[in-house]
Amino acid sequence: MNASPRPEPAVEPNRDHAFKTELAKLIPQLRAFARSLTGDPTTADDLAQDAMLKAWDARGSFEMGTNMKAWTFMILRNQFYSEKRRSWRQVQLDQEAAERTLVAIDDPSSPLALDELRMGLAMLPPEQREALVLVGAGGFAYEEAAQICGCAVGTVKSRVSRARQALADILKRGDYVRDGASAGEAMGTILAQAERLSTSR
Amino acid sequence: MKPSPKKKAALVETRINQEAIGARLRELFDEVVSEPVPDEFLDILRGAEERAPPSGADADAGK
Repeated sequence: MNASPRPEPAVEPNRDHAFKTELAKLIPQLRAFARSLTGDPTTADDLAQDAMLKAWDARGSFEMGTNMKAWTFMILRNQFYSEKRRSWRQVQLDQEAAERTLVAIDDPSSPLALDELRMGLAMLPPEQREALVLVGAGGFAYEEAAQICGCAVGTVKSRVSRARQALADILKRGDYVRDGASAGEAMGTILAQAERLSTSR
Repeated sequence: MKPSPKKKAALVETRINQEAIGARLRELFDEVVSEPVPDEFLDILRGAEERAPPSGADADAGK
């Protein structure tokens, strides 16, 4: 990752085009990661677009054939934290935004437990949430997640483990606020759905 | 030293819960991944490529 500047600055059009094709394939992933960070689909798409352009501008420093997904995730994450310092610090704790984490809530077919999981995720400290999303959903190895987050592998491992624990506790206790609905069922629903998923895949 | 049956049951429960959360988490992420990409993204990327210094070649490959 953090590829050292390449000695030859001349970028050929073919390479640019190959780069663009690869980058375009990653857009869905970038959008999902952005949404997990911002908790808001619109802000997330802005962030993903900014990151995409940053990646394009930095294409000369990317070594084709290496892990472009990890590289672009790192760019997106850096972009998120530099923007967050400037502006949307409060989005994090905003309840309304919490309800939109990862998936827009206006999908009526979205089963209840997905909402609970989304709310639970929103309650995690950001560094735990991002570690869990990268490793638990993004398919990254601990080592890759550590590079993306700019921290030690052990730190990622402990964040993921604490995030998992905290999430299970939140879901079991029904800690999240949900307009009056009794929430103790969340873990049971998640278990039932996971069982359904594992048999259907 | 063997863990007590109670402790063992708790460990199993924790593992099952974690696997369930993991599966749902992936589902949540994959749901966003499978959303159609708004045209805006590809338009922006195409625009960036067209603006890039062409160094001699036609820069319309993305069309």
